[in-house]
Parts: sequence; structure tokens; C-alpha cells
Amino acid sequence: MITIETLCVEVRGLARDDVERWIERSWVRPHGGSGRYEFGDIDVARVRLILELREELRVNEEALPVVLSLLDQLYEERRRLRRVRDLLDQAGPEQRAALLRLIEDARE
Amino acid sequence: MADDPYTTLGVARDADADAIRKAYRTLARKHHPDLNPGDKAAEERFKAVSAANDLLSDKDKRARYDRGEIDETGQERHQPRGPGPGEQGRQRRYRDYAESDAGRRYGAAGAGAGAAGWGEEDLGDIFGEFFRHGGGAASGPARGRDETYALDVAFVDTIAGATRRLTLPDGRTLDVRIPPGIEDGTTLRLRGRGGAGREGGPDGDALIEIRVLPHALFRRVGRDVHLDLPVTLKEAVLGSKVPVPTPSGTVSLSVPPDSDTGRQLRLRGKGVAAHGGHPAGDLYVTLRLHVGAVDDSLRDFLRGWTPPAGVDPRADLEGAA
Repeated sequence: MITIETLCVEVRGLARDDVERWIERSWVRPHGGSGRYEFGDIDVARVRLILELREELRVNEEALPVVLSLLDQLYEERRRLRRVRDLLDQAGPEQRAALLRLIEDARE
Repeated sequence: MADDPYTTLGVARDADADAIRKAYRTLARKHHPDLNPGDKAAEERFKAVSAANDLLSDKDKRARYDRGEIDETGQERHQPRGPGPGEQGRQRRYRDYAESDAGRRYGAAGAGAGAAGWGEEDLGDIFGEFFRHGGGAASGPARGRDETYALDVAFVDTIAGATRRLTLPDGRTLDVRIPPGIEDGTTLRLRGRGGAGREGGPDGDALIEIRVLPHALFRRVGRDVHLDLPVTLKEAVLGSKVPVPTPSGTVSLSVPPDSDTGRQLRLRGKGVAAHGGHPAGDLYVTLRLHVGAVDDSLRDFLRGWTPPAGVDPRADLEGAA
């Protein structure tokens, strides 16, 4: 966990105003409240991503919420998929085989 | 990765800085790893594109490369290769976290909100179903699964109640009855309108998560509705009948003489409709003084006018400051 000051030093080209605005818009959701934000690894990576989208890929701040919302949906689906995969891993071979049969059935 | 940077970016050897920047952006948008989470090769392509751009967007490096002094990774020719610019400092990307449980903080439903769609329990349900079907006996009756849908409801529909038709992804339609006074985030259960049961098993339920869209004018507080109503100076001082929008249409409201900004007037029964033993709510109208355009006659009048003694609208601020 790092503070907003450390974050702005660690991520080159990042302005504190930007981060505060992004938090206000819920694009970044660090732990802690205003004045004592704590950024975890995922928050730092997300800040980098938003900065990269804006600076490198020229996605302007008006279009950013659309991009972020689609990305969040994409990752949510991927988390669900991963959970499904984990559940399948826990299931026995018999159950997996049965599931495969179901999938085969559905394709017909 | 050891490709010619001009080839990597798909630009001519004499391309200007603008063309290079444009080509880089186009390719970077396409191959950005966080935008292609399932595609392992995207990261390699993105690195190659970034490295090519690093080299070609730097005038000195580009000139040295063109003269053959450095190779496409930016290394001196004939020197043992270290990590190239695209390879050094493997920084963990957003996608490395977003697919783990940590990513749930950035769930699609927004900050704090419970995720719409299916939750962990639903997942368990679905897999329970799968495995009940699959666990040995692939046949036999089974209850259909519950399906969850989200329905956006207009504010006024939550006041009077309404029936809304929901078109499901498979083309079926569901008529959802919205009771008056429904709260945002409520889940309605339509029995037997979910997934079909198997071999005579009962059908699952449709779970409809209601999202109430905010209204530009009205706010709900319990069963009452609140509205800010702009009035002119003349209407407030002399009293007037003014048209007021209510969730059930415009009505005429008497503004009493000598009204001030902030005065609250009540329109009985114009809030949430009576329903299920609850009486109808009220509409509270809060007057907001609107000065608007001022002409000379008002200015002249005010210059010649002395307010009654002892009136200080800021009297309450004194001690508080």
C-alpha cells in the first residue's frame, strides 16, 4: 500500500489532480478516504493504465469512462470464467466428463 | 521482436514523425495487453511496437539506426545484447491483477454497488444444476435455473406503478409489474419465469433487479416526493397561482403572499400512489426565489426603498462563523 504522494513519484508523468479527479469519478478506488488514500498494487496498475490510455493511446477523458466500463465488464466476465474453471478443476473426472457430454449435446 | 522497426510499425523509411506517431498509436491501441487480456501474444506485439516507436520517435536513435550504428533493439552493433528497451523492467500490468479476486473492486457495477447479473451464489446454483444433471444420472427431473436480469425503471413509474416489458436475450418477453414506491436495488422474483425445468421439473424463477433512474426534477424521500420550484419575486411577495409539475401531471399551486425562498408547500397525495395498505405520499414543493431579468423600474424602486428596520437575513451566520 502506498500513499498518493508516493504514487505520484512512482508513476512518471502523473499529476495529483488527475488522480484525485479519477477517484472522484470512481475510475480509481483506493482504500481509505480523502486525505489518507492507500493504493494497492491493482490501484497503481490501474492508474498506469488510465494514464497510458490517455497519454499513449490518446483516449480522451470523455471517452475514458466508456473504455473503462467495457474493460471492467470484460474483466468481470473473465473473473467469472476463472471461477468456473476453478470449480471445474475441483470437480471429479466423472463430473467433468458429464459436463463435456452436455456441451457435446448442446452443439448438436 | 528483432524486426526492422519500420516494418513493425508499417511505415516507409522516410516517414515523418507524425506518420510514425500515428502508426504507433493505431497499433498500440490494437495490441495493448490490458485491452487484450486473453491474448498472450498481444503483450509481445505491444512491446515490439513500443520498442520500434521508442527508436523511431527519437531523432538521434533513428539516425543512428539508419546509419547502421545501432540495431533494432537500440543496442550498439557487435556488442553482446542486454535487455532491449521493450524487455527491461517487466512491470506487472493491470490485467495481471484484474483477473484475480483483487479485480472485484473494479467490478462492472460500479463502486460499492453489488454486481448486477449473477453472484457467487448464482454460480453455485448453476454449477449445482450442471452437476446434478451430470453427476451420474444425466436424466431425471430437475428444476430450471434462476435467471437474473436488470431493469431500468423511470422515476415516475416508481411513483404511480407501471408494467414494463423486458425483452430477454433469447427473444422471450417478460411483463414486469413495478409496484408504486419500489426502491432502487430491489429484486423482484417472477416465479417460474426463469430457465425451463428438465423432464417435468419446475421452471426456475426470473430475478429482476430494479434500477431506478434519477429524475431531473423530483427526489424521493420514502413515500414523499420533493421538488424545488423557482418563483419570481412578484409571485413570492404578492402571492400567485403557478403551474407545478407533479409525477402525475401539472397542477396549479397557490403560492401564498409574503412567501420566502425555502418555504415548503405540500400537495397532498401527489407522492407515491397508495399501495398495499400504505396511504399515498405527498409532494413537497420548496420555493426557490428566482430574481431573473431586472429592469429599470425595479432598480429605481429598490433605490428609493428602505427595508423595514431590524431585518438581517445573515443574522444566523454571526455566531457560527
